[in-house]
Amino acid sequence: MNALVPLPVILPLLGAGLTLILSRRPRLQRAVSTTVLGVVVVVAAVLVLETDRHGPQVIWIGAWKPPLGISLVADRLAAIMLLVSAVVTFCVLVYSIGQGMTGDGHETPMTIYHPTFLVLSAGVSNAFLAGDLFNLFVSFEILLFASYVLLTLGGTGARVRAGTIYVVVNVISSTLFLISLAAVYAATGSLNLAQLADRLSDLPPAVALVLQLLLLTTFSIKAAVFPLSFWLPDSYPTAPAPVTAVFAGLLTKVGVYAIIRTQTLLFPHSPLTDLLLWAALLTLVVGILGAVAQSEMKRLLSFTLVSHIGYMVFGVALGTVAGYSGAIFYVVHHITIQTALFLVLGLVERRAGSTSLIKLGGLARAAPLLAVLYFVPAMNLAGIPPMSGFLGKVALTEAGLRVGTPLAYVVVAAGILTSLLTLYAVAKSWNLAFWRTPAQAHEMAEQLSDSERWQGSPGVVRHRGHVHVGSGTFGARELQEARSILDVDDTSNKDFHQLLEEGVLPTRLPRTMVGATAALVAVSLGLTVVAGPVFGYTGRAAHDILDRGVYVSSVLAGGSR
Amino acid sequence: MSSSLSLILAASVMISCGVYLVLERSLTRVLVGLVMLGNGVNLLFLVSSGPAGRAPIVGDDPTRMSDPLPQALVLTAIVISLGTTAFLLAMAYRSWQLAGHDDVQDDVEDAAIRRLAAADEASDTFDLSSEEDLFEGLEVAEEEGQRG
Repeated sequence: MNALVPLPVILPLLGAGLTLILSRRPRLQRAVSTTVLGVVVVVAAVLVLETDRHGPQVIWIGAWKPPLGISLVADRLAAIMLLVSAVVTFCVLVYSIGQGMTGDGHETPMTIYHPTFLVLSAGVSNAFLAGDLFNLFVSFEILLFASYVLLTLGGTGARVRAGTIYVVVNVISSTLFLISLAAVYAATGSLNLAQLADRLSDLPPAVALVLQLLLLTTFSIKAAVFPLSFWLPDSYPTAPAPVTAVFAGLLTKVGVYAIIRTQTLLFPHSPLTDLLLWAALLTLVVGILGAVAQSEMKRLLSFTLVSHIGYMVFGVALGTVAGYSGAIFYVVHHITIQTALFLVLGLVERRAGSTSLIKLGGLARAAPLLAVLYFVPAMNLAGIPPMSGFLGKVALTEAGLRVGTPLAYVVVAAGILTSLLTLYAVAKSWNLAFWRTPAQAHEMAEQLSDSERWQGSPGVVRHRGHVHVGSGTFGARELQEARSILDVDDTSNKDFHQLLEEGVLPTRLPRTMVGATAALVAVSLGLTVVAGPVFGYTGRAAHDILDRGVYVSSVLAGGSR
Repeated sequence: MSSSLSLILAASVMISCGVYLVLERSLTRVLVGLVMLGNGVNLLFLVSSGPAGRAPIVGDDPTRMSDPLPQALVLTAIVISLGTTAFLLAMAYRSWQLAGHDDVQDDVEDAAIRRLAAADEASDTFDLSSEEDLFEGLEVAEEEGQRG
């Protein structure tokens, strides 16, 4: 059955070529991309069953003799990641077809969207399947390039601004990855993960530590672990809704996957447990404090995304079977939830013209289905029992308590605090956007702008277009620049109440969009129902990655070092 | 394993120049910096391949060959950096088209903080400041400035 392994990479790449040729025929293009991603879902499901029954599936591309060529490996961890990402990309694709991707005309050219989306999917699959570090690097580049294009679709001012930071940060992290590859090759003479697992343990501990830190830093940038997470909340919200959704769901999780893979396989008995625990703690707390302070729903969710990466890093840092099992379950849960929430926000934006909490109000009455679709995953994100978010957090808490070091206790406490603050943040957004009446929202928005206008600011001297504050001087140019940057919301200045009165909003949402979102919410709820078997599976996956022999021996059948 | 000191020196000089340029504000300079960084790292790969030797062709004595793998890796890296350069150039051009310059701009939070500093106000996230409100506050500030 190992012939199936390369399919999740090859099929989307072929599909990308085909859709590029078919760019003049949108209907055929849509048919090709949905078929391709549908098949990938089936292949991934079969791979999950196969790896669970018969152990890791390995294929050496081009039939080179084992230690030489490029290997693709699907073990339990890779297979489950592959399945979840395939399901999520499929739902997002259906959603974006429903949106038409022509809805906002020049901003989102349809012809480029489908091929790029398929390339992104191929890159993500390849990252999960990569059996050597260089292939992992190449797959990161594939998915990053697709993400550069998707993030700057249409090249509007806000997207170019956000895209610049995103691209530069990611190019630098790729450079860092290349440096670590050169260092690993110089130290060991191989880049194959299975071979490295053997050879790295022979190195002097100091050299191994340098390599480990290099790789960890690289992947932490991709995964948005706290000190390296600055780029994320700024770059994601400007992209089109389905793009933000798939980025939020998948791209950071690829980084988390790479951390799990390299930390377990290459550097077992890691001396960095405490460092990772600190990183988890800071990511959790700083991320959620950022979310609490936001008044824009997309930015709010981007900050919760950063924060909840901390849970996964926590699981990895513990280094026990329970910890890894919890982390893998949490990754699976979080991919579906975060994507579903961003898809709902896309619907909210379409229905109400904005996602700013100032302008919204009364959506629960205006669009009850939308309200339910937001409420369920939002509560799931916060970890309300009995949903999967709760189960994942309980598993991680249990794992942390069982390790029982003081620092682990602190992180467990921070995890619970984060969960409560997440509940606060999403409940606030629910109250403001869905529960109060549009008229209340309108009044509050008026009041806010009034108070801004009449509030005298003592100590500020305005003179010839300059503003003097203390010893600082701010010229008209700076003010204008600051204003142009702040003008991220392309929609009009009117709030939901005014738009309702004018009756310019669509009252019906496209069925495919709602359907795709509902399907993803259903998947996340289904995850709760089958949580038992899923935990069984993640437990076995955690055993596999801790007992490295399974991976190494199935990749290097014959034991060549 | 002995390695060439000149290669290491060249790589480190290129990487440090690259880092310096990446810290610049203009996107074109950042781009030049990224290219230098990339090329410096490519030299590192040559360092990691050990001493230079003859072309690796079947039939020759393997001990005298140079290691072909890092060179293959470098080729891939060069192709990728070509794509990155093209994309960043296009982006710098687009930024110039839109804004008249290609400076990397502040992110939204930084801009908000700068605006608050300019107006000498405390952060008011709790009562939900939105971009639009900030925007209006700014306009008022400027109008008054022009009058004064």
